[in-house]
Amino acid sequence: MSATVAASLGRRRRRTAIVANTLSVAATVLALAMLAWILVTLLWLGLPGLHLSVFTTVTKAPGSNGGLANAIVGSLIQTALGTAIGTPIGLMVGTYLAEYAGRSALGEAVRFVSDILLSAPSILIGLFIYTVLVAPLGGFSGFAGAAALAVIVIPIVVRTTEDMLRLLPVSLREAAIALGAPRWRTIVFICYRAALDGLLTGVLLAVARVAGETAPLLFTSLGNSDYSGIGQAMASLPVTIYQYAASAFEDWVQLAWTGALLITLGVLAINLVARVVVRPR
Amino acid sequence: MPSNSLSEAAVLAGPARRRGHRFGDILFAGIAQASGLFVLGLLGAIILLLFLGALPAFRAEGARFLVSAAWNPVTDHYGALVSVYGTLVSSVLALLLAVPLAFGVAYCLTELAPGWARRPIGTAVELLAAVPSIIYGMWGFFQLGPWVAAHVQPVLTASLGRVPGIGAVFEAEPGNSSLFVAALVLAVMVLPFIAATMRDVFLTVPVMFKESAFGLGCTKWEVMRHIVLPYTRTAVVGGIMLGLGRALGETMAVTFVIGNTNRISASLFAPGNTIASLVALEFPEADQGSLHLSALLALGFLLFVISFVVLAVSRVLLRPRGRN
Repeated sequence: MSATVAASLGRRRRRTAIVANTLSVAATVLALAMLAWILVTLLWLGLPGLHLSVFTTVTKAPGSNGGLANAIVGSLIQTALGTAIGTPIGLMVGTYLAEYAGRSALGEAVRFVSDILLSAPSILIGLFIYTVLVAPLGGFSGFAGAAALAVIVIPIVVRTTEDMLRLLPVSLREAAIALGAPRWRTIVFICYRAALDGLLTGVLLAVARVAGETAPLLFTSLGNSDYSGIGQAMASLPVTIYQYAASAFEDWVQLAWTGALLITLGVLAINLVARVVVRPR
Repeated sequence: MPSNSLSEAAVLAGPARRRGHRFGDILFAGIAQASGLFVLGLLGAIILLLFLGALPAFRAEGARFLVSAAWNPVTDHYGALVSVYGTLVSSVLALLLAVPLAFGVAYCLTELAPGWARRPIGTAVELLAAVPSIIYGMWGFFQLGPWVAAHVQPVLTASLGRVPGIGAVFEAEPGNSSLFVAALVLAVMVLPFIAATMRDVFLTVPVMFKESAFGLGCTKWEVMRHIVLPYTRTAVVGGIMLGLGRALGETMAVTFVIGNTNRISASLFAPGNTIASLVALEFPEADQGSLHLSALLALGFLLFVISFVVLAVSRVLLRPRGRN
């Protein structure tokens, strides 16, 4: 009799496991299906509008065959400038945390604040840059947009820099110091070099993240219907998509989908390069 | 005396070089520490400037700002109640939907999937997290919203909508934009974050614990349920809080699908708004120096306080074991 109890208990346990496993696989399939749904939608609605003129013509009034050239250029400029400003700062903060701060109170505070910045709502960074750069200087500018993106880049680079430097063995540093190298040379020429793949991954992920950011640009670089310098309001792909997608004009909505396709492919491609090519695990 | 002068040069160069080392070290360490202080100052400046910008609105409305449902630029009266309600309800609902799914994905990625499939599936989930939020907005607005209105809402209204007591929550409303669609889009957006965090903490469980349980004849599910989950409970909650922090401040995706109406409705299928969507929509129209602008900054300050608390809690819970 105890044998039958054990057998039925075993059956119940096995049945529970099968149900749980099936549901988990279903959840994974659902998550992958969402990604597929989004990508197929983008290709389906974005590809028909993909012509050479999208890259060569600036945004125009509805019905006059405009393109996205100024938005693409503006996005490239602001993303590049934001990354160029944010990366060195983030790199130095990450170096400070990994090499100098240890468990000191200041180090813990910087680590905490950097983690908060990493997940802080990006629209608040837009509001902050608006009150610091846009309102006092009297106007929206591409530079303000780049500054907002730089604030987002910093914590991403901090996180990867600290993690990557911490992975290096202490003996590597000791070897350099034993040869008489000063600490800064050890860090710059030995540690950075050994961790180069990881550091590059961090920068690429930061680029991918800010390239698609819309909220921080709404109140900083605003948008522009033509090419512009960084001292003036500047167009960007995400903000243009936002304005066009909600409009009532068919050709603008089509351009929004094409822009959305371009930006998603760009962002996902950078992500894949960062995760698969640069960092082989 | 060439040999003598060489050693003299070496003697002279020694301290000079060492001084050079020391200068380089001090400079580099100084720059590193200054960068750390800069980041501290950055967060301080964000808090301070949002607060200063919000001050006129806090002065004008006082405590009413938190409890008033009014948001009227014409009469210049502002309250945060509706947008705070929308922010919290859409985010919590998103978590209710996303957490079980994320757990399933993490369980699948750590225990069920065959070795060769784990990396591609993991990368695909990470790509889901990398899709820009504006894309989620367009997808929600043009695809998910109409689909929900056509297929999900009628079913829920016809079934749960008839249950006395909670029926009003599922009452039918016209239109494709609603708190419910916003919560669905948010769920898809935070799912990969929570799943990735859960996967990482599940992998920290010592293999010995799991092997021992398998040795006693446990199924994979029992190992997950009785060994892995209890061991990682704190960090799992931390991951969920991290997802909540992301959902609370999400702007573009929500702005597209929530309908942007300053009204609290019993039904989840009615339009509403969130702090972030209200700020994104009205900030460009607000005049510089107006009470309207100040009220929007006050909302931003409120959002900052809410996300700060959530993220701080998540960080404490996610701290690796053995550290205090």
